[in-house]
Amino acid sequence: MNLAIRDIRHHAGRFAFTSVGVGLLLMIVMGMGGIYRGLIHEATLLVDRVGADLWIVQGSTRGPFAEVSRIPANLEDRVRSIPGVAEARRFVSHTIQREHHGQPLRLVVQGLSWPDDQGDWVPLVAGRALRQAHYEMIADQSLNLPLGSHIRLGKDVYEVVGLTRGMVGSGGDGLAFFTVSDALAIQFDEPGEAVRLERAARRARVESIDLGRLQPLLLDRAAGLSSSIPAFAEPQVSAVLVTVQPGTDVDSVRRTLGTWPDITVYSTPEQKDLLLAGMVDKARRQLGLFRALLIVISTIIIALIIYTLTLDKIRDIALLKLMGARNGVIGGLILQQSLLLGAFGFGLAWWLGQYAFPHFPRLVLIVPADLVSLALIVLVISTLASLLGIWKAMRVEPNTVLAA
Amino acid sequence: MNSAPAIEVSHLRKVYGSGHTEVVAIRDATLSVARGEIVGMLGPSGSGKSTLLTAMALINPPTSGLITIGGQPVLDGPRALVDLRAFRRKHLGFVFQKANLIPFLTAAENVQIALEINDTPPPVARQRAMELLDYFKVAARANNLPDALSGGEQQRVAVARALANKPSLILADEPTAALDRALGRQVMELFAKVAHEQRAGVVVVTHDHRTLEVFDRILDVEDGLINSRANRPISASSSPT
Repeated sequence: MNLAIRDIRHHAGRFAFTSVGVGLLLMIVMGMGGIYRGLIHEATLLVDRVGADLWIVQGSTRGPFAEVSRIPANLEDRVRSIPGVAEARRFVSHTIQREHHGQPLRLVVQGLSWPDDQGDWVPLVAGRALRQAHYEMIADQSLNLPLGSHIRLGKDVYEVVGLTRGMVGSGGDGLAFFTVSDALAIQFDEPGEAVRLERAARRARVESIDLGRLQPLLLDRAAGLSSSIPAFAEPQVSAVLVTVQPGTDVDSVRRTLGTWPDITVYSTPEQKDLLLAGMVDKARRQLGLFRALLIVISTIIIALIIYTLTLDKIRDIALLKLMGARNGVIGGLILQQSLLLGAFGFGLAWWLGQYAFPHFPRLVLIVPADLVSLALIVLVISTLASLLGIWKAMRVEPNTVLAA
Repeated sequence: MNSAPAIEVSHLRKVYGSGHTEVVAIRDATLSVARGEIVGMLGPSGSGKSTLLTAMALINPPTSGLITIGGQPVLDGPRALVDLRAFRRKHLGFVFQKANLIPFLTAAENVQIALEINDTPPPVARQRAMELLDYFKVAARANNLPDALSGGEQQRVAVARALANKPSLILADEPTAALDRALGRQVMELFAKVAHEQRAGVVVVTHDHRTLEVFDRILDVEDGLINSRANRPISASSSPT
């Protein structure tokens, strides 16, 4: 005869109410783990999906995600000349915050190397990839930009031609894919007045030197378009992505590129490590500590609940002792109730999480391995929590029945 | 168990506290209850009868004296000579002023649990529980929780539980106090029936003078001392002290 189940059946309402409390607590513990997994998933999503073998970034930097990286756009042409390189793509990544329909809109601008990279690798849930060099974008659904909608960024208006789902940056902001030139235009957009002031400043600088006075044409050039001045550097991009030819040793290509002093080369796993070790690590530790704290709190709460349930049964336990019940019968009653409370709480946490977690602003990713580990944790804390009740039960004297 | 007395208590003394706070609950108690004998224990409040009963129930060890149950010495002063809990499980049955049924178990389960903790397989325990409930005419309420039973029904279930393991000694502490006269008498007659039919020794602490005629012998407890007197001839041999 299972005394634990019969006692629970007799106090079904109280047990259910208690289970809901424990379940909500465990749902938070589960959610913390899910947020951590979500952070990792979101941080590494783009690196995984973009399909590059090597990432070339500014020398001695850990860009383009962990820190700012600036390299000349024409670096891709140099890279293409290396034996074994199948493809080199310019890559631009930066986060902007603009206002859209009166609401702040944060998006991670990703520049694709048009026309080689039109975003065909981007997993779309609606629409299509980029099909023209300018004024088109692929947006993540989290940005709330419907297919076919238009958004002004800088001086230009872009049309949403494709939609993705769950494509976000490490900060949780939705990704938006443009061509590299559009991405740069968005990044370096300046108001007209700023451009005019810059041109005037250039003209003033040239006028202040002898060369300016001797070469009137130079004065005209200084006051003209920046792009028409040969001395100005080419636009800069965040990184160049390299795909090696099938059958080519990635490390051999990397060794060759590694001899160039102006750049740093990372493999895709290294790029992921940079993201996780740098940007996500503190958040991960923060969540881990909160999770540990919540587990301790859960243990204490379950222990107090079980202790209270044991106190409610103290006469019955004394009676069982008087009748000669072994300690195993009494301890088993308390332990089983604690385990059942933990199991119900865990099940409820999982069930509630199915409905609650999708509404969280950041991705909460519950993976089977985490569920199993949490189940084991619940098993351990339920067992530990029962010890207080068992200790109390073991101290009860059988003559408590007669005294009462 | 053999034909030895159900219980023998020899020169039992129980002292609570020490020094200035010392209280002698039982001075020198010697008694014997035969198998098949039902004995009533009477006395005013504070006379020591509950102390004596709990000592006999092996849950309140005496300061000195020997307790022998079914011929087996079990307590020599405070020193246990056997595993007391296992001994209670196998050889003793208890009935209290209140039925003290476990509230989350049905009537049948309350009897069944006494058997299962004594290692009786659940199907056998269930069958035996139903037989006992039938014997005490509460089989129809077997699946009811104690809350749904009347006081008399609860007490009959408690008696059934006390008898479940066929104990050699049944100890009852004012089992009729919470019952009306008719029910009280009914319960006491059950005890007498059990004692005589199942050859168990039964000791009942009571204040209820309306049911004294069921006892074979009366033990008067006063100031920690016991006087034994025959109440009526009994079918089994007894050794009054």
